[in-house]
This record gives sequence, C-alpha cells and structure tokens, in this order.
Amino acid sequence: MITTVYCSFCGKEEADGDHAFCRQRLSMIDPPRYCAECARRMVVQVTPDGWTARCSRHGELGSAR
Amino acid sequence: MTAAPEQIDVLDEAREQVLERGVGLTEAQVLKVLELPEDRIPDLLALAHEVRERWCGPEVEVEGIVSLKTGGCPEDCHFCSQSGQFPSPVRSAWLDIPGLVRAARQTRDTGATEFCIVAAVRGPDKRLLSQVRDGIKAIREDGNDIQIACSLGMLTQEQVDELVAMGVHRYNHNLETARSHFPEVVTTHSWEERWDTLRMIRDAGMEVCCGGIIGMGETLAQRAEFAVQLAELEPDEVPLNFLIPNPGTPYENYPVVEGAEALRTVGAFRLALPRTILRFAGGRELTFGDLGAKQGMLGGINAIIVGNYLTNLGRPAQQDLDMLEELSMPIKALSQTL
Ligand code: SF4
Ligand SMILES: [Zn+2]
Ligand SMILES: [Zn+2]
Repeated sequence: MITTVYCSFCGKEEADGDHAFCRQRLSMIDPPRYCAECARRMVVQVTPDGWTARCSRHGELGSAR
Repeated sequence: MTAAPEQIDVLDEAREQVLERGVGLTEAQVLKVLELPEDRIPDLLALAHEVRERWCGPEVEVEGIVSLKTGGCPEDCHFCSQSGQFPSPVRSAWLDIPGLVRAARQTRDTGATEFCIVAAVRGPDKRLLSQVRDGIKAIREDGNDIQIACSLGMLTQEQVDELVAMGVHRYNHNLETARSHFPEVVTTHSWEERWDTLRMIRDAGMEVCCGGIIGMGETLAQRAEFAVQLAELEPDEVPLNFLIPNPGTPYENYPVVEGAEALRTVGAFRLALPRTILRFAGGRELTFGDLGAKQGMLGGINAIIVGNYLTNLGRPAQQDLDMLEELSMPIKALSQTL
C-alpha cells in the first residue's frame, strides 16, 4: 500500500499547505510527477490512452483507464 | 450636413470576402475580430462554422500524438515543460518500439487517421531518426495503415529527404507565436530558423502542419499578426494550443486563456485561414472545460487531437468521439485522405 506523504503534482508535503490547485490539475490534465512516498521526481511516459510513472525507489504506477 | 460614414461591420465584410470568395482576412481585419464585444461572439462563431463547412466540408480529422523522446531539450521555449533549462519536474524518457506500436494502435482504434510521433529536441540526431525509422516499420508490420506525421524539431535537407523516404506524410513544426513576439518566448533559436525548416518540408512535398500557442503574453495585435503570418505560409494544418502554465517554466504563473477570448481566437483564425485544417490541440481542457469544446467545434475547428498529449493528459478519446457524434460531424476516413 502506498502511503501518501507528498503531493504528486508539486512534490511538497501533503500536510504542508494547500494542495487544492494541485489536486485540480491532477484530476484534469496532469499525470503524477513526484513519488507520493519519497517525493523523488518520477520518469513519466504519457501515451494516447494512459500514463506510467516510475520512481527509482518505489517502482511503477500506471493509469487504469 | 452629411451623415457620418457608416461603420463597416467586420463580420459583414468577412461574409462577403471569406465565405463567398474564400479570401482570408487581413491583419487589420483579424484584429477587429479579436476585439469584437462578447455579445458578437455567437455571430462570429456561426460565420466561422459556415466558412469551415463551405471551404473544408463537414468532416473532422482526428489525430493521436505520442512523445517518443520526452524532456531534456536544450532549447528554452518559455512555455515548455520539456526544456532542460528550467526546473520543471518533467524528466527525460524514451518510449520503446513496442510502446510506440501500442500507441499507434490505440490511436487507430479511435478511428483516427493521423498519428504524430513527437520528440523534444532541437533537431533529430542519427539515433532519433533511426528510432523513428524502426518505429514506422514496426507500426506497418503491426498491420496499421494510419498516416504518420512527425514533429522532431528543425531539420536539414538531408533529414527532410530521409523522412520523405520513410513515408512520413506530414511534418509538424510550430512557429508558436507572432514573429515580433518570438524573441520573448525563445532565445536559443529564431523564428526564421523555424520558417526555413517549414519551407524545406513544403518543397519536399510533405504536408505542412504549423501552429502555435495562444496566451503567452502576446498582444491582440500580435495574435492577428500571427494568424496572417500562418496564412502566408499556407499550411495544410494549424494546431491551435492554449497555454498550459506548467510548473517550473517561466510561464508557470501566466493566467489560463479565458473561454470567451479563446473562442474569439478560434473564430478569427478560421476567418484568416478558410481552407486550412484547424485543429484543437493542447490546453482546451483548462481553457474551456467540457462545454466550450463543443462551441469551438461549431466555431471553425475541424480537427482534434484525441486522448492524451505529450506530457499532459486530455479527455478520454471516447468523450470527444461522443461529442462529434452528438454534433453529427463525420470523422474523416482514411480512404478520403489518401
Ligand atoms: S524545442 Fe520543443 S521540446 Fe524543446 S523546449 Fe522548445 S518546445 Fe520544448
Ligand atoms: Zn501540491
Ligand atoms: Zn519513491
């Protein structure tokens, strides 16, 4: 299970500050860019019907469209 | 006493000039359109739609795009999250050939006739071109006959010839903005360098796809200038993007283009480019939400990118296909494009 500590849009701590804008972008047009567990920048590949995002420490996430 | 000369309405002028005669608006006329009050927008969009139907027909061209090489670009286009010169969270990535084949198949399955392979580079090197060559071969071996376009930055004549030999039928290279505004947006290469690549593409017989991004701090006059500069190029297709203020880029705090302004721009560009494929590209989700997309389709747009973009996500393709069905707009078939 992934513990969400960091915002995957801005990379800052979820507990720190307001991430309403980040959440809106993530729900509309952005794949995650930062690992939620360690805030590393992930290697993201967007394809016509999905995306994958890989953290060097915590592995790969993908969209399930 | 003589009566004051009657103010000529730019939409009346456009009806006679663009709709009847197929002659695009001049720069001064485009500016007048961009300055129309909000209550004239419905008239503008209705006319732009008529122009599109008259000079382009009812079909909508559907395209999918994919990023073959993401991020780490040495150029400094200030809007771009893939420039290596800004602290953007976008990291470098390469899509492998099986991934490219899958992306092409996903695109074909939507009914799209165009698949554009894009790389974030100043221009292609040998490795990139050989990846594109292998990719196109693999897409064909997969039984996929979709038309292939590329967007790989600035080209040499030799590279243009290589792409033609690979069967690439259209090349995308955006001028991005008005010539007078370009130096504010990009400092690592010039508008003229981009223009030169476009001329080579045209001369080699490839279709020219060239558009830009609205909302990068250009004035309305510069927007009009850009529309007319595009018309001068006579591109086969113009993709119209609206700025996505991406984190880490110099434009991250720029405002999103407001819906009414975006619609005015759509209408004005159609009236400047009556015969061109005018494509809704990136940023429409932020600018319009779900509602405005329809207004754009009824306001001069006759092509869309479905699914995701290069680094940003779009609406699911099916949502756009449903919209076209609801609007009774037929999707251009592959046979019509050959
Ligand atoms: S050349 Fe293309 S990929 Fe590179 S920074 Fe400019 S827009 Fe981005
Ligand atoms: Zn955040
Ligand atoms: Zn991690």
